[in-house]
Amino acid sequence: MLTAVIILAALGLAASFGLAMAARLFAVAVDPRVEEVEEALPGVNCGACGYPGCSELAKHIVSGEADITACPVGGETTAHAVAAIMGMEYAGGGTRMVALVNCNGDDQVAGKRFFYNGIYDCESAAMIFGGDKICVYGCLGLGTCAGVCPFDAIEMLPSGLARVIPEKCTGCTKCVAACPKGIIKMVPSGRSLHILCSSHAKGAAAKKACSVACIACQKCVKAAPEGTIYIDNFLAVVNYDREIPPEVAESCPMHTIVVRTVPEEDKQPDHLQVAAGGETG
Amino acid sequence: MPKLLLIIISAVLVNNFVLQRFLGICPFLGVSKRVSTALGMSGAVLFVMTMASVVTWLIYNYILVRFNLTYLQTISFILVIASLVQLVELALQKFSPALYKALGIFLPLITTNCAVLGVAVLNIQKEYSLIETTVFGVGAALGFGLAMILFSSLRERIELCDTPVPFRGTAIGLITAGLLSLAFMGFTGLVKL
Repeated sequence: MLTAVIILAALGLAASFGLAMAARLFAVAVDPRVEEVEEALPGVNCGACGYPGCSELAKHIVSGEADITACPVGGETTAHAVAAIMGMEYAGGGTRMVALVNCNGDDQVAGKRFFYNGIYDCESAAMIFGGDKICVYGCLGLGTCAGVCPFDAIEMLPSGLARVIPEKCTGCTKCVAACPKGIIKMVPSGRSLHILCSSHAKGAAAKKACSVACIACQKCVKAAPEGTIYIDNFLAVVNYDREIPPEVAESCPMHTIVVRTVPEEDKQPDHLQVAAGGETG
Repeated sequence: MPKLLLIIISAVLVNNFVLQRFLGICPFLGVSKRVSTALGMSGAVLFVMTMASVVTWLIYNYILVRFNLTYLQTISFILVIASLVQLVELALQKFSPALYKALGIFLPLITTNCAVLGVAVLNIQKEYSLIETTVFGVGAALGFGLAMILFSSLRERIELCDTPVPFRGTAIGLITAGLLSLAFMGFTGLVKL
């Protein structure tokens, strides 16, 4: 027993000693900024930047291959910290983008064609005739997007819908890639008016499938400022470039258009609001 | 000399580590999407397997046997392989940054590769001499490389095929691996060893 412990300890010590020597002997000078930048990054290794992890991104930022704003998760604070380390000037932010589930057809309003009793995963459900909903464009509500979200920013409503919590969303776009229906889109976090439908079905068919579907009646297009809402293949789509007054939502006979509260820190400065309001007047 | 040749043929074809012994399946499926990465992984495995075979053999026969501690085989082998891989990584980073970059994440991955531990344990089980151990290590790594390259070339071609939706990706990969393993069963009985 004692010899076993001693021998194993000796082996371990010899190995660690050898490694320590090797580390000293084979030391490679690394740019100290790599470590500092890695410290400044969020460290969740989500891969949203396109590199395998935060340390890889740090290496590429220091070598100049990646931008100091390359981390979509850390946002402005990270960009500022990284800019300070790299001795660069951070020019200031674009708008923060958050994910949005473009479907409001929960189990109360959207009909089903059959009872799905398979693997609890949207990807699997979508393989069987495109899912159990009559509407083949809608959210399947099995939470694949919530599962891939590294930040717990997607909640599954008990009514069978996924909903992104904008305060928690960092814009890493993992859910966008995971959704087999492709109904999660990135939108500017400062915008409150959304058209929560992805159905390209014609009016009558869309209405039959779901009572909050967009039937492409064009009422919102007429009510909204020119160019802010347009119809694309039987679906009204919001152009997020400009602010749309919330009253437009009332023009929708199907209640597809919703106005959501904007997180406090994403509210636009006053002068921008005025400018947007002036255009509508 | 003929025995060494037989050991190599046995390790590469008859008892292929991946396709007949089912060791090292993780990198076999994980890094076989492209032939280039499969080659990188095979190179790293060749290096580590040979080194690990020799070092573990020395440790077993000169330390563990002498002190009657052969039951410590598994834990001491893991210890040795892990530190060996670390050492190789450090040395590579210093002397050949190009190779270090090419191997990338594969090198640390080998630390926990059961095929490497498998070679070390089999060497002891079969009571090989040091030279036979070295040859067996090289042969096993060559067999691993052969399986990797065959499988990754197949997968590259499958990617261009019109696979039915439910079979796409991992599913067809696993079916392909099964068929490849079945094909290698044809070598059974080629060498008695």
